[in-house]
Amino acid sequence: MSVSAMFFYGLSAAVLISALLAVTSRNIFRSAIFLLFSLVSIAGIYFWMDYQFIAAVQTIVYVGGIVVLIIFSIFLTQQAGVDLPTPLRGRLFFAALASLCGFLLVTLQLLAHPFRKGAEPAMSKDMKAIGSGLLSTVENGYALPFELMSILLLAAMVGCIVIALKPNTVTE
Amino acid sequence: MNEVPLNHFLIVSTALFFIGVFGFLSRRNLVTILMSVELILNSVNINFIAFNEYLWPGKMDGLYFTLFIIAIAAAEAAVAIAIIIHLYRHYRSIDAEDTDTLRF
Repeated sequence: MSVSAMFFYGLSAAVLISALLAVTSRNIFRSAIFLLFSLVSIAGIYFWMDYQFIAAVQTIVYVGGIVVLIIFSIFLTQQAGVDLPTPLRGRLFFAALASLCGFLLVTLQLLAHPFRKGAEPAMSKDMKAIGSGLLSTVENGYALPFELMSILLLAAMVGCIVIALKPNTVTE
Repeated sequence: MNEVPLNHFLIVSTALFFIGVFGFLSRRNLVTILMSVELILNSVNINFIAFNEYLWPGKMDGLYFTLFIIAIAAAEAAVAIAIIIHLYRHYRSIDAEDTDTLRF
């Protein structure tokens, strides 16, 4: 096994182990920090695959945005030093059973399916190609989803402000 | 990167997806449920990038889908946290078992 492949397996192990700790930890702060490690390792996998732009977006949006938002909401809603209540034992059992069965089912299907490797020459994934593809309206252009995304973000922003406003300031 | 087959990427993303499903089903705190949803979305992103790299290297559709999923995930997390904060004001708790007004 080459060093490059070992990097991939190490990053994957880091992703899976920290994700598992994130969903099982009893301390919600530790859970958020393990989620952070998992997301950073996923960005590492993107770097390893030579998708620098996606890795940068992953780091900025997830690590810099979403995890910080989650930690803020933990601060607002959780008393310090109080552990999470233990989950119901039956529910824990059935959740583990369901996810294990699903994992085995999907993995067996994956291993049985022959994927045909693409034959076309690899396209350059540099910033210029990505940017012109996002704003072009011809074939393989993504201008319409890009604009829809800006409307979605605006709607989400307005919705968040309206939902999280204090009720008495609305009725005034 | 040629010595790692596509199947290994898919197995990693499947494992991540079902870890997220496990957290979604077993957790009771709404913030941790949101964290599980983020894990599920990330596993889908890994799938898109791996398929783009291995099966359609001449196109960039997987890359754009990943970008849009990340944007939608950001919007979703913001709205979910607004709802969680509002719920906390109402019930003084964000345990999924305590918010049972609609249960008959």
